[in-house]
Amino acid sequence: MRNITYSQAIYETLREEMARDPNVILIGEDVGAFGGVWGVSGDLAQIFGEDRVRDTPISEAAIIGAGLGSAMMGLRPIVEIMFGDFLPVAGDQLVNQLAKARYMSGGKAKVPVTVRISTGAPGSAAAQHSQSPEGWYMNVPGLKIAVPATAADAKGLLRTAIRGEDPVLFFEHKMLYATKGDVPEDPDFAVPFGKAAIHRPGKDVTLIAIGGMVPRALEAAGVLAAEGIDAEVLDPRTLVPLDRDAILASVRKTSRAVIVHEAHKRLGPGAEIAAMIAEEAIGYLDGPIARVAARNVPLPYSPELENYVLPGAGDIVQAVRSVVQGRL
Amino acid sequence: MPITDYSTEMLLHLYRQMLLVREFELRAIAERRAGLIPGFIHSCVGQEATAAGACAALEPDDVITSTHRGHGHLVAKGGDPRYMMAELAARCDGYCGGKGGSLHMTDFDLGILGANGIVGGGIPIAVGAGLAFQQKKDRRVALSFFGDGATNEGSFHEALNLAGLWKLPVIFFCENNLYGEGTPQVKQAPVADLAIRASSYAMPGVIVDGNDVLAVYEATREAAERARSGGGPTLIEGKTYRQRGHYEGDPMVYRSKDEMDAWRDRDPVVAFRARLVDHAGIAGTVLAGIQQDVQATLDEAVRYAAASPKPQPGSALEGVYGNTHGGLVF
Repeated sequence: MRNITYSQAIYETLREEMARDPNVILIGEDVGAFGGVWGVSGDLAQIFGEDRVRDTPISEAAIIGAGLGSAMMGLRPIVEIMFGDFLPVAGDQLVNQLAKARYMSGGKAKVPVTVRISTGAPGSAAAQHSQSPEGWYMNVPGLKIAVPATAADAKGLLRTAIRGEDPVLFFEHKMLYATKGDVPEDPDFAVPFGKAAIHRPGKDVTLIAIGGMVPRALEAAGVLAAEGIDAEVLDPRTLVPLDRDAILASVRKTSRAVIVHEAHKRLGPGAEIAAMIAEEAIGYLDGPIARVAARNVPLPYSPELENYVLPGAGDIVQAVRSVVQGRL
Repeated sequence: MPITDYSTEMLLHLYRQMLLVREFELRAIAERRAGLIPGFIHSCVGQEATAAGACAALEPDDVITSTHRGHGHLVAKGGDPRYMMAELAARCDGYCGGKGGSLHMTDFDLGILGANGIVGGGIPIAVGAGLAFQQKKDRRVALSFFGDGATNEGSFHEALNLAGLWKLPVIFFCENNLYGEGTPQVKQAPVADLAIRASSYAMPGVIVDGNDVLAVYEATREAAERARSGGGPTLIEGKTYRQRGHYEGDPMVYRSKDEMDAWRDRDPVVAFRARLVDHAGIAGTVLAGIQQDVQATLDEAVRYAAASPKPQPGSALEGVYGNTHGGLVF
């Protein structure tokens, strides 16, 4: 094991997979000489040359389309969309072309495209640079959606995405880039899609936390433990496919579910997860399913306003208390 | 190049392809009316010269992206009328097993990366294919067909910009049929010649008579040579006319009978047939033989489609992802 940052874990995986397979290329805005606005791609352009690490114009539709067409012709492109907020600029290429190419061609098109996307609120970035759009694309069959929360998962899930057969939206939370974690040294270390991780076992309530909210959920679990509430923290790691079995097993054990994400509450990923729990395990529940999420307004600029809109560890603690209501 | 400089074999190939495109469309329209085909048809009747001329200038391993009006492109690139008709009929043996229909027919073996239901949707995909060819130092070319309407989409401009910037081996082939759905081109763009849009992206913009199959062939051949030799992309505008509606059933209240009659007088198939007889010394009996052969091909295609089974409902759940099978979807 090595203790490295989430950002370093992604960089290493890119470097390792590009070294392993000449068909892997990286294209996107400022990924080359700049090294990525989040610094993730670093010196890859120097290492692999500007034909394999290509700076693009600010043309999100062309970037996704270039990924799709080149994948059809045998490459394994990694394309970067600088901010998740910019995904709608590439809307058609993403939703109508990339997601559906395999299905509507009757399986003829194979499109292993990894779309790296930064997500979440980095602080005072306001309404067009702070969103968590993961849930928007859960409603589009054909896309897979990864939401790594730790350095190891960033590494393992990215490797699975690059070596896979399908388009993957790989959401990197901006506030996790600098966080550190232990990462296995196995050069083929990969994390399968559709397998949740239990970051903290517990018996009283299941906290299903996504992406950047995983550290907040663990923080809340610490506070709750002091109150005698033993929370299990479950991280789905991928939203599509979703590890339904792990979520249901945990909820059947704890009898309570609180879903935590930074995306807006209305029809965020938590709505799907809550509906699934209600469909499959409502008889096991000892209280209502709660969702802790961003309030349903655009993300504001002012730190005071932004903090009010975004969920935090305190909100998670409150939600758990309300679900438990002193009855364990 | 005078018509007499082409080989008879080449001329007859072009004629056969044009005729197959025309007759495929007319047969598909008839079979839709007869109930074999459940979906919409956007016919390319009148645009046979652009499809046949452009595809004849490509090599077998070159690739195309197509449009909602794509049957002609597919036929001209070698698409099998049996699998095409079966797909239109939503059958198991269709190109997409009944999952795509007219708008999504695909054959990677023939370099057909897909028709497309979104105006302008295929253009960035062709750029991606061109990127892969450049990356692999593969001397192949990607050609994207699209209509005049698509040149007002952002995807057109983003794609041309990227291809011009990276000098990708791509041919952007605009079939200007004068109408974007039900609105004339003059009400959709402030320029009459769409080829001038190439100048913003540092590539040649070529205007060609889109109803003259030899002119289309020559322009595309030149663009393909340029692309293959590292000279980058070309925008070709083939000026043509959509003789039928945007879709079958379109009432066409937006254009005059006089206009339609004038363009039918310039019908590309009729005009080429006349040139072959009058200027290339090809006997009418030879052309009649091709006509018979085309009809037999289409008779067989319809028989094949009608005999192909309909898909099992549960198979709708297969093929969303590379590893979905047996109803496993996420």
